[in-house]
Amino acid sequence: MFKKFHHPTMFCLLGGIFFILPTMLSSVEANEFEVRGNFEVQGRFFHEDALFSSQHDQQLSLAASPEFFWRWNNGDDSFEFVPSARVDQYDEERTHVDIREFSWVHVGDDWETRIGIRREFWGVTEFQHLVDIINQSDSVEDVDNEDKLGQPMINLSLVRDWGIIDIYLLPYFRERTFAGAEGRPGIPFVNNNPLYESTDKEKHLDFAIRWAHTIDDFDLALSWFEGTSRNPNLIPSITNQGALELTPYHAQIKQLGVEFQASLESSLLKLEVIHNENNLEDYWALQGGIEYSQYGIFESNADLGWLVEYAWDERGTDSNSNFQNDLFFGNRLALNDIQSTEVLFGFSYDLDFNSTSVLVEASRRFGDSVKVSLDARFFESNEIQDPLYLFRRDDHIQITAQYYY
Amino acid sequence: MNLFKYGILSVALTLSFSVFSGEAEDKGLAIAQEAKAIDLGWKDSSAVLEMILKNQHGETSTRKMRMKSIEQKGDGDKSLNIFDSPRDVKGTAFLSFSHPVGNDEQWLYLPALKRVKRISSRNKSGSFMGSEFSFEDLTSFEVDKYTYKYLRDELVDGDNCWVVVQYPVDKYSGYKKRIVWIDQSEHRIRKTDFYDRKDTLLKTLTMTKFHHINKAFWRPQILSMVNHQSGKSTVLNFSEYVLSTGLNEKDFNKNALKRAR
Repeated sequence: MFKKFHHPTMFCLLGGIFFILPTMLSSVEANEFEVRGNFEVQGRFFHEDALFSSQHDQQLSLAASPEFFWRWNNGDDSFEFVPSARVDQYDEERTHVDIREFSWVHVGDDWETRIGIRREFWGVTEFQHLVDIINQSDSVEDVDNEDKLGQPMINLSLVRDWGIIDIYLLPYFRERTFAGAEGRPGIPFVNNNPLYESTDKEKHLDFAIRWAHTIDDFDLALSWFEGTSRNPNLIPSITNQGALELTPYHAQIKQLGVEFQASLESSLLKLEVIHNENNLEDYWALQGGIEYSQYGIFESNADLGWLVEYAWDERGTDSNSNFQNDLFFGNRLALNDIQSTEVLFGFSYDLDFNSTSVLVEASRRFGDSVKVSLDARFFESNEIQDPLYLFRRDDHIQITAQYYY
Repeated sequence: MNLFKYGILSVALTLSFSVFSGEAEDKGLAIAQEAKAIDLGWKDSSAVLEMILKNQHGETSTRKMRMKSIEQKGDGDKSLNIFDSPRDVKGTAFLSFSHPVGNDEQWLYLPALKRVKRISSRNKSGSFMGSEFSFEDLTSFEVDKYTYKYLRDELVDGDNCWVVVQYPVDKYSGYKKRIVWIDQSEHRIRKTDFYDRKDTLLKTLTMTKFHHINKAFWRPQILSMVNHQSGKSTVLNFSEYVLSTGLNEKDFNKNALKRAR
């Protein structure tokens, strides 16, 4: 059943790292060393028949993500190790291990070095992260691409009165993860051997720099990236057996990123703009909108947020992005109760393909250590050129129970 | 006829009150200025605290966090709060630059996404992590944030206190007013009544078990907030409270927020 873990030694070793070691170490109370993390059980339930015969109507998985943390030199040095693993009932690509963090951080007076495998987030908008480019998406974890693979880097951060400058050398490229033949939602014919524009392939040395600053109610950032595109073009071909296959192609790009947020009383105005230079077609793209918050609604502690965003990509319907001319609407309700009950509702509408996707995420804590999330996703698409078309039968409900230690 | 008489009486009262009101305002302001002046010079602080939430059914839940602050000359304090429990929010951190006039600047760090998020300063009336404390209840006290009116002297636990009304200047405050009881011996706030925008009593905060830290600054160990309208309450219990530990600016920027844990 768990194809990648059939070897007993491997299973025991991974079991040790992910389950036994963290629970043993979490009882060690020391300022210099800390362990925490979570285990998770997840079920996905689909209500329509799968588009592809290899896919299933129900899918269970187990996951674990411990965090080991060391601190010394009065907190000026620290080391973090965060592995992450998932075992999926059917999808052999979703059954995978990744190192999210394995890095040493050293803090000086107005500078900081961060060396190793890390995750780094850039951006301000909610429905799409255009500017965010350092890490590759771990898209087998969830279809929303919020989960990221660890990226090897050397990062120098300088704190100045006029902002924070981050310089990154990125010596190794991580391929995007795609669902396997039995994975759902997924496209069961993505080739696992990507093509690269650079002859250095995944060993191409990428470079990035970002300036970020706050001036009163305005947060601003400018970034520049040179290297391997994280977002692949999927090139169709026919295999020797006569089957359709999509091969990821990673171009060399230069990308300018602009982030802007104005925090005006109850409203946050957000904008992300990119300009991407590459050998196929240079383009501009943007994601922007407004988040409006109401505090203490219904004479209670509950907060309600309203979100409206728009996405545009100069390449139009030829774009490899799902969001080339799309409108988004969302609500975020936080009850601020003892159980931290939260509900997120999101709706996106593609103005070119008239397709829609709906997302509901609800979560609540039970006791001190268990969190249960209920996610529902619905896709509606009738046009074959629409990237969402392949997910049109993949409406599903996902239940996740996480135990935190 | 009676109505008419009362009308005259109330006009007379209003007039006599307005004659003295300038004096009451000056006295209220003077008390606030003295209290602020006495509390200057602590440089920086660091504390561990438990936040005990109790709902209307008596169910309780405990949260643990660490708070660090640094004093700013001629500006509001900077502070960094890091959550240690419940475990699913562990590592969530909150950076705040408070300003006497104008909006506070606030950022939240979400460890699961590694994301630093600027949050709306309008959230000051919103609940702080599900507690009965709002964000504005926890920002530093600055004289210019309020206008004042001295009411009377009154005993709290046997200590003579000034009773002063504070009216928030910021139109986005969650309160119409606060009534504070400040003891005359040490200028410590002992009790605060919070009135909502409709001028109805909303919450009462009681501060007890004061410690004289570094023999210079008084800090309460227990802050107990009771919401009279919802029946819920929150208790903050401080421990390991230390002042002037040598924290500096580098401990209060966005890089510090990202490595808080």
